[in-house]
Amino acid sequence: MTLDAEIKPESHPETRLVVSGVSKYFGGLAALDDVSLQIHAGEIYGLIGPNGAGKTTLFNVLTGLYRADAGHISLHGARISGLKPNQVVALGLARTFQNIRLFANMTAIENVMVGRHLRTHAGIVGAVWRDRATRAEETAILERARELLEYVGIMKQAYLPAKHLSYGDQRRLEIARALATDPVLLALDEPAAGMNPVETSKLQILLQKIRNDGVTLLLIEHDVKLVMGLCDRIAVLDYGKKIAEGIPADVKCDPRVIEAYLGGGMT
Amino acid sequence: MDKLRQRWNALRHDRHAAWAAALALAVLLMLLPFITGETLGRGWVRILDFTLLYIMLALGLNIVVGYAGLLDLGYIAFYAVGAYTYALLASPQFGLHLPFWALLPIGAGIAGIFGILLGAPTLRLRGDYLAIVTLGFGEIIRIFLNNLNAPVNITNGPQGINLIDPVSFGSFSLSETHTFFGVTFPGIYTYYYLFLLLALLVIFVSLRLQNSRIGRAWVAIREDEVAAEAMGINTRNIKLLAFAMGASFAGISGGLFAGFQGFISPESFNLFESIIVLCMIVLGGMGNIGGVILGAVLLTVFPEALRYIGDLQHYLFGRVLVDAADLRMLLFGLALVLIMIFRPAGLVPSVRRRHEFGSDASVLAQEQASLYDARR
Ligand SMILES: Nc1ncnc2c1ncn2[C@@H]1O[C@H](COP(=O)(O)OP(=O)(O)OP(=O)(O)O)[C@@H](O)[C@H]1O
Ligand SMILES: [Mg+2]
Repeated sequence: MTLDAEIKPESHPETRLVVSGVSKYFGGLAALDDVSLQIHAGEIYGLIGPNGAGKTTLFNVLTGLYRADAGHISLHGARISGLKPNQVVALGLARTFQNIRLFANMTAIENVMVGRHLRTHAGIVGAVWRDRATRAEETAILERARELLEYVGIMKQAYLPAKHLSYGDQRRLEIARALATDPVLLALDEPAAGMNPVETSKLQILLQKIRNDGVTLLLIEHDVKLVMGLCDRIAVLDYGKKIAEGIPADVKCDPRVIEAYLGGGMT
Repeated sequence: MDKLRQRWNALRHDRHAAWAAALALAVLLMLLPFITGETLGRGWVRILDFTLLYIMLALGLNIVVGYAGLLDLGYIAFYAVGAYTYALLASPQFGLHLPFWALLPIGAGIAGIFGILLGAPTLRLRGDYLAIVTLGFGEIIRIFLNNLNAPVNITNGPQGINLIDPVSFGSFSLSETHTFFGVTFPGIYTYYYLFLLLALLVIFVSLRLQNSRIGRAWVAIREDEVAAEAMGINTRNIKLLAFAMGASFAGISGGLFAGFQGFISPESFNLFESIIVLCMIVLGGMGNIGGVILGAVLLTVFPEALRYIGDLQHYLFGRVLVDAADLRMLLFGLALVLIMIFRPAGLVPSVRRRHEFGSDASVLAQEQASLYDARR
């Protein structure tokens, strides 16, 4: 199965996401301070940094949850800064949450079906009348949701309420739900948090598969092994500033990064 | 108990049994006014009619509160809008007498528009704040109806509107007694069949909405509004849709109420009515259509039954010790407290609510999750 059936090759510019000069303040605190970065199509881009560095804040700004105080953001050429979250996903930037935000009392499959909302159309009349088109759409939604659960490997739990899933499976479900929106760029906020080593290595395989199926990945992660093993390039945030960027091997040896992580165990 | 449940499940999966049960239910519903009229008296048929109106009303509120999770305490306002729309367009008040087939959709439409108008300012509010603001809106509507008799008399103020046209199809008026095939149908009986038909329609619409793209979006918003928005749901529009749908159910119900009663006044639409309807869905099981219907039936029939307690007291003690109205409030409160303690998800909870209020399995899962948290 491919994930980006809808994306035509000619709509692949080299850079997917351009963040330029983005700042975000909370009172006096600069959670993001003039951050600029570019993410290329097809890469896995890692975002690391100590606790409170501003990584999640950057995600929230990117996805429209927060409004940037300065700077602008564009997704394959289209400006997304200032848009509402639902408009940002519609343009192809989907995300997961650091503190899992599933629809806890809906079943796993329903969670993924909600992800299809954006790409489907049935309204009230369709829902009540259940005409041929609506029925076909509903079948397609269900079919796609099944595929995605299979894809992330939690089909067995499809009909359990999301909150009864194990921690690792909940994170996979969040990925499936985000993939259901047909993203071109998927932003993952600490997808391995709470996973054991076995689950983490399975996750690594899944993320590689997603990338190979044409979705660009932006990844926040504390698990150094995972980040180093997976990412093509890495940016390091510290106190809201980007202090380093480059391939994993270089970033690892960057003195500023070592300084930022002093005692943090960046080995 | 378990055996019983097994039997019940087996029955549910037996197609023939299901058809037989449906048929029996249909026959029962068709004969209900006659059975009730013969055994308990005509007064109770009237109560049946009201029960059906409340079922429609409660199912409308269920969309707003049960599905979309928007706690609306001013819901009765839309019932009022429906009732007044009908009354103003079919009474001597303005000398208008629109036909019934036009009145009902107009009432539903106008109530729906009011749903959007009153919903729009509350979009950013949640929980307690939403409840308080909607409560205020509900009261504002009532106060408007109470005072719109000057400088121009629109609603006739506290006196209300009288001589409202009864529901009629051409020259067939539901308020008159008719005879078909030698069987006599008093007005309240014919009203019963009309209300039953429309209640079934409302149930059907509720069921269809529940399992639809829009229905899922409502639940998603109830579960986690931020995540819903991040998954591409236009929360503003989808919430307004819930307000509009819920209000239009109330509009239909209100129009029927006006035609049935022939008289309405602002008094009928006070805060207490909003609370009663909310209690119906909380008691029965929010989000579950069967539960909501049960709640509406219980809370309409039960208070009426309490009236007999007065007679009983007379008989036993020679005088009335506890006033029926007081007793009603007392038992009502007691029932709610008991429900909250023993069945917090309602008498017939929806599957989701059951999860929410936790079975043993979910407690276990939560414990596991917290262990994971601790390990991190
Ligand atoms: N809504 C908010 N209001 C006020 N301060 C905030 C808000 N969101 C984030 N912050 C602050 O901004 C800073 C960056 O937080 P952020 O959550 O982005 O860090 P992070 O890099 O994701 O850290 P972690 O690795 O712990 O998840 C922190 O000091 C945090 O307290
Ligand atoms: Mg974070």
